[in-house]
Amino acid sequence: MLTEALALSAVLFTIGVIGVLTRRNAIIVFMCVELMLNAVNLSFIALSRLYGAGGQVFVIFVMTVAAAEAAVGLAIIISIFRHRESVNLKDINLLRG
Amino acid sequence: MSNDFLPLLYSFHFYLFGLIAIAASIAFVTRKSPVAAALWLVVVMFCLAALYVMMDAQFVGVMQVLVYAGAIMVVFVFVVMLLNLGEAAPLADVRSKWGRLLAGFLGLALVAEIMALTRSPLDPRLVVPQLPVTVNSTGGIIGGVAGPLFREYLLAFELTSVLLLVAITGAVVLGRKRSAN
Repeated sequence: MLTEALALSAVLFTIGVIGVLTRRNAIIVFMCVELMLNAVNLSFIALSRLYGAGGQVFVIFVMTVAAAEAAVGLAIIISIFRHRESVNLKDINLLRG
Repeated sequence: MSNDFLPLLYSFHFYLFGLIAIAASIAFVTRKSPVAAALWLVVVMFCLAALYVMMDAQFVGVMQVLVYAGAIMVVFVFVVMLLNLGEAAPLADVRSKWGRLLAGFLGLALVAEIMALTRSPLDPRLVVPQLPVTVNSTGGIIGGVAGPLFREYLLAFELTSVLLLVAITGAVVLGRKRSAN
């Protein structure tokens, strides 16, 4: 099952990358990042079957970081929405010179 | 090497949940409405939780359902509703009669299977394949994860609390309304 799990992980990661590159809604782009983190978690779990429980510990850390990232990222999106009234990435060019 | 003999039932469910995960993630990237996309992503996360349980990471599977599907996605949906971005269209994507029938059948079949397998006198080795390495040999399911977490990775675990504190403070500061300066 290791091969299949790693292949599934790669497919999910690719779908996440495609979503990040093609979608223009900031919230959906964030969710695509979460999907990519999940794909990485899947390969961690699949490999932890062979190499010991360290992979599962790493997955727990990844979940914590994902929760922190979601909180901060969504706060940034809300704060941008207050200024621009939009979450479309085309309208978000605050850092452009 | 490790998959010389896998029971058919196990492989079938592995592929089933894998295919549902791929299909749901494709549906997730193609949805227009953020709420529908979030719900499809929840489906992906549930499928991954099932796969984690099948790969002997039961604790991580539970955490996946509680933290990812239960907490992080709720925050996402909450922000979508706060910003009023949800479309007025009906949320459910599976609207045709056959789609609903298929979904109901799949759910009922899985529930019936759980009921049947928990009561059957089958040898468990026929249902669940043997571990290549006995990861959770001591301390049970949670002890196998908690041991390394609180020994080798103790420093990282403590730093995680700092990270969460910083993230909470940052979120509150960013989300606060600007006072008149």
